[in-house]
Amino acid sequence: MKPPAKMSKPTSLFVIFFSLFVMSEAVFEDQVGKFDWRQQYVGKTLFAHFDSHSQSSKKLFLATDKNIFASFNSRTGDLFWRHVDKVGPEGTIDILLLHGQDALMVVGGGRLLRSWDTNMGGLNWEAVLDTGSFQAACFVAIQDTVKHVAVLKKAVISLHYLTNGHQKWVENLPDSDTVQYQAVYSGGEEEVYVLGVVPNSHLTIIAYSLEDGEIIKQRSVEAPWLSSVESSCVVIGQGVLMCVDPATLALYTLPIQAEEAPQFNQILLQSLDLEVSLGFQPVLVSSQPHPARSPISEFFLQLGPDHHVLLQLNADGYTIAALRDFQPAFLVSFATTGEKTVAAVMTPKNETACDINLFSADSGRRLLDTTVIFPLDLNGGKPFKLYVHAFLKKDDSVGYRVLVQTQDHALTFIQQPGRVVWTREEALADVVTMEMVDLPLTGTQAELEGEFGKKAAIQDGLFPMVLKRLSSQVILLQVWLAHLWKLFYEARQPHGQVKNEVTIETLSRDEFNLQKMMVMVTASGKLFGIDSKSGSILWKHYLENVQPNAVFKLIVQRTTAHFPHPPQCTLLIKDKDTGLASLHVFNPIFGRKSHIAPPALPRPILQSLLLPVIDQDYAKVLLLVDDQYKVTAFPSTKNVLQQLQEMASSIFFYLIRSDQGNLSGFRLRKDLSTERIWEVVLPTEVQKIVAVNGKRPNEHVHSQGRVMGDRSVLYKYLNPNLLAVVTESTDAHPERAFVGVFLVDGVTGRIIHEAVQRKARGPVHFVHSENWVVYEYWNTKSRRNEFSVLELFEGTELYNSTVFSSLDRPHLPQVLQQTYIFPSPITTMEATLTEKGITSRHLLVGLPSGAILSLPKMFLDPRRPEVVTEHSREENLIPYAPEMPIRTEWFINYNQTVARVKGIYTAPSGLESTCLLRFCAGCSPMMEVVAYGLDIYQTRVYPSKQFDVLKDDYDYVLISSVLLALFFATMISKRLAQVKLLNRAWR
Amino acid sequence: MASVPRSFLLLSIIPTILILCADFACCNTGRKTGDGLDTDFSGFSVPLEHSFQVDDVSRFRMRGALQLRGGRETSVSLSQSQLSEEDRNTLKVGEEVAAVDGLYKIRVPRVSLTDRQTERQMDGYLTAFVRACSLVESHLSDVITLHTDVSGYLIGVSIVTIPGACRGTEVEDEVDLEAFNTTLTIIAPTNAPQPETALFIERMDIEHEKRGKPQEQKSFFAKYWMYIVPLVLFLMMSGAQDQSGGGAANGGGR
Repeated sequence: MKPPAKMSKPTSLFVIFFSLFVMSEAVFEDQVGKFDWRQQYVGKTLFAHFDSHSQSSKKLFLATDKNIFASFNSRTGDLFWRHVDKVGPEGTIDILLLHGQDALMVVGGGRLLRSWDTNMGGLNWEAVLDTGSFQAACFVAIQDTVKHVAVLKKAVISLHYLTNGHQKWVENLPDSDTVQYQAVYSGGEEEVYVLGVVPNSHLTIIAYSLEDGEIIKQRSVEAPWLSSVESSCVVIGQGVLMCVDPATLALYTLPIQAEEAPQFNQILLQSLDLEVSLGFQPVLVSSQPHPARSPISEFFLQLGPDHHVLLQLNADGYTIAALRDFQPAFLVSFATTGEKTVAAVMTPKNETACDINLFSADSGRRLLDTTVIFPLDLNGGKPFKLYVHAFLKKDDSVGYRVLVQTQDHALTFIQQPGRVVWTREEALADVVTMEMVDLPLTGTQAELEGEFGKKAAIQDGLFPMVLKRLSSQVILLQVWLAHLWKLFYEARQPHGQVKNEVTIETLSRDEFNLQKMMVMVTASGKLFGIDSKSGSILWKHYLENVQPNAVFKLIVQRTTAHFPHPPQCTLLIKDKDTGLASLHVFNPIFGRKSHIAPPALPRPILQSLLLPVIDQDYAKVLLLVDDQYKVTAFPSTKNVLQQLQEMASSIFFYLIRSDQGNLSGFRLRKDLSTERIWEVVLPTEVQKIVAVNGKRPNEHVHSQGRVMGDRSVLYKYLNPNLLAVVTESTDAHPERAFVGVFLVDGVTGRIIHEAVQRKARGPVHFVHSENWVVYEYWNTKSRRNEFSVLELFEGTELYNSTVFSSLDRPHLPQVLQQTYIFPSPITTMEATLTEKGITSRHLLVGLPSGAILSLPKMFLDPRRPEVVTEHSREENLIPYAPEMPIRTEWFINYNQTVARVKGIYTAPSGLESTCLLRFCAGCSPMMEVVAYGLDIYQTRVYPSKQFDVLKDDYDYVLISSVLLALFFATMISKRLAQVKLLNRAWR
Repeated sequence: MASVPRSFLLLSIIPTILILCADFACCNTGRKTGDGLDTDFSGFSVPLEHSFQVDDVSRFRMRGALQLRGGRETSVSLSQSQLSEEDRNTLKVGEEVAAVDGLYKIRVPRVSLTDRQTERQMDGYLTAFVRACSLVESHLSDVITLHTDVSGYLIGVSIVTIPGACRGTEVEDEVDLEAFNTTLTIIAPTNAPQPETALFIERMDIEHEKRGKPQEQKSFFAKYWMYIVPLVLFLMMSGAQDQSGGGAANGGGR
């Protein structure tokens, strides 16, 4: 991208200020992807299947915990298509079965049976299943062709046609209140077997006729050691049930199809010379390559975390032979191609890599030249699951590709001989919080900055300063020459070979501070550093032992502005249930863990707050309040503690206990204990607190007031300590339900404003910024979404114009409020933020459709007049209209929809500040917007148009050639005129 | 933290009772008091307590009694006693609380204005504070606001002094610190506005009517007949000439 050139156009400025209506969010077709990027994710893989329909197929099918069914290109890792189902248990994928071109899925805990066309991703059919929780499903084949699918539920088994989903028959299971039916098996015969268990008593086997669902036979087998079929039994060979019992350390076999009263046959593991690791629950792994045929008679028995044994059931159906012992081996998996079944085994090689080898399943012999190396990422998780795609090569030997899923939800696809084809970081499907950090200056830039630093000027005299200046100029010249040489060198390279990759080494701040580092925290505990310009992942760090219910808070303690001190971020990880927390301190540019030891936090943490106090190393001080209202400071150097003691009486903080409806304020004491100074209690029997929002600390408000039509000024009530508390009524009746909005001063606990939105309920989304609060709710009476805006004004006179203090502001502000109808539900809302706050504000609204709407704040202005007057026209107020429009050109992400938007992050770019220095009149600030949810979308928005920046398609060549031509033309014509004058003079 | 030793509370009440001269502040929600309805609710009183200690430990003592009247017309009045000599000393003469940036705290128990049954069941207090120095400098003129929620529960209390700043001015006259000059208000939540559809439609209708009358749409022909007729006439004339000329030429050709 060409850097946006800067140009002073003071005349056009006024035009633009008065034509703010016209927004410039729309992009031209050739600008697509130039300033924005999108990455689509699917989440943690639950089921994965390779398309084995044809040999050359490139498809890979995944079903994930985010209720997504997706197809990937296995050569590139790109998404072919994906289907995003409902959030929550209604859309969970219970099972994914693949046969030929059909992918069968049971959705929503046994609610629906769906068949997808794997080629195009279209839905073949959908069948509603009977109620009851889902247990198991399998394909049922008849004479080598798969025609049906059997679905086993808690009390019912049903058989469906594969072609249209129609139910062939449905049967109630006998004694379903005592017997837990857990497995269904079909070996290609005329019968479907259902296996149920009465824990620690007996096993029930029922054979159903395929034709009409009649019970052919019903057997009950004594099995006092068996508690669950699902976890400890598999079917192998010619219908032999193989179970493992960790208590007696024995394997049990039972022919399912046996006619007479069958008995379990016990084989002690000791007799096979096998030993189970202490406290480990042994696991059986089997494989049924084709639903029309019985499973293979080989199976894996896992005896410990890294110990597997390949066993074979002999032809007699009773005895077992050990084929091969794999120790150490992390993961094993079977794969079948044609008639050959192979076993893939992952064994550790060294610290940084694992080996994957293929073994013939029927003999346990290692297949030659099948070693693949899986590189272990030290900043990633351990391997978790192996999906193998085997195929026959031309010489009839078995080749394979392997998909490795690691604990951090990453997927790595590896091809022989050990080339990583692609990696997908699926942890990014669940980003919890993020921050943007400025990139560091390069060495030379830092040198220049340092030259003009205050310290330097005081220390050095005049002469050293001159020398310094000269030396830095020389360095700059050197860098420039090196840059030129690089350009020249690259130009000589054939096109396409020039690598334009961003690496951590080449990272540096650009002229306008457009490129930043996005630090993303995901729910799985993996941290990412992403380049905001290209979206490439520059670093990642997996935090192990993060609880699944952890809450994260990311704090930037030191920005990049304090060279040579490295920037520092702190992640507060808190267990939601116990409240126990830990800190992870790292460098946001490189992702490395900092050497600074965070304090130990033995007590549950209630609140964390970042103070504007900085220590001698320019790190902001983080205060952590524990459940005994004791405060821990980080960093807690002597300097910091001293500062805290001095400031203690002016450090206030608040705590919210939403379960008790309690808001209370505290003041710090000199000994870092606290004192409760105010308390507001919202009775929980009436309403419950759903959200509390303060203002962003890095928010700047440029203008103190608004100039009204009669040239007087209406001053804004700009209280930085103001909290917006939103409550919902406990009474859910549509007539009596309400949403409460409380504006509370966080220092004094004074309720500044208290409003009730009647006949309304949540979910409430709200934004609190400057002097306004915008909230959105559901109107239960009119059944629509509505937006309401509250603005606070001090009036036409300021109480104390120099400084705001919550303690000295006796008069309550004037509150103006207006409500509008919004024609769409919303999923998330955020306000734009620029460095100096000059620009007109916009609201960024994430819609369920995946669009992100940039709604000008002008439309949400409680001063919009109902009747247009001279004054309101002077003030540029839009006349009131009850409905808020949604204009398609306000969609900042055009067709790049973001599924399930969870959060929107805006970061100001440096453009506003730089232009502030140059032309005080105005500038075209820009900000980076990142929307995250299932997908991540990054773009730039210009809320006040890009009026002082040249367009990126600006024709430099034309302008400069015209200029040059004009220049020469004037030169020549001047010369000619001179000659002419001379000639005339001679005449 | 906020618990008060019972014995201490008793002791502190005794001197306040002895002082007969009571200051009185009264307010209601803006409606007229003394309506007949008010007599239905005899009202009830809750203690207003305050604390101003040097050592940051809150020891609440009785300041006065809030007379609350619930029902349709919520009103509140406060009867409070003068500050005792000792208290004045603590607050000002000793200049302890004010000097060390101490806080003057008040609290009221959580009560419901409408539902008298549940009043005693709720425990806990609502607390607010103001800087002690500003209270001294404002000569004990404070504004106490009680906030209720939709169903009449007290949810918060706030206190501010007018003026609110601490400028460090000495309060010379002892008498200024004897009696509180309290303004008392009770605030219930306001109803947030609904979208004003009815008004908008009405306005649109009016505008429509206004616009509708003068702009009676004439047809295109009715508007511009004076231009069209001569043009057509001219075309017809010239056309006729051409035709006759053409016809003649054709005829000549044959």
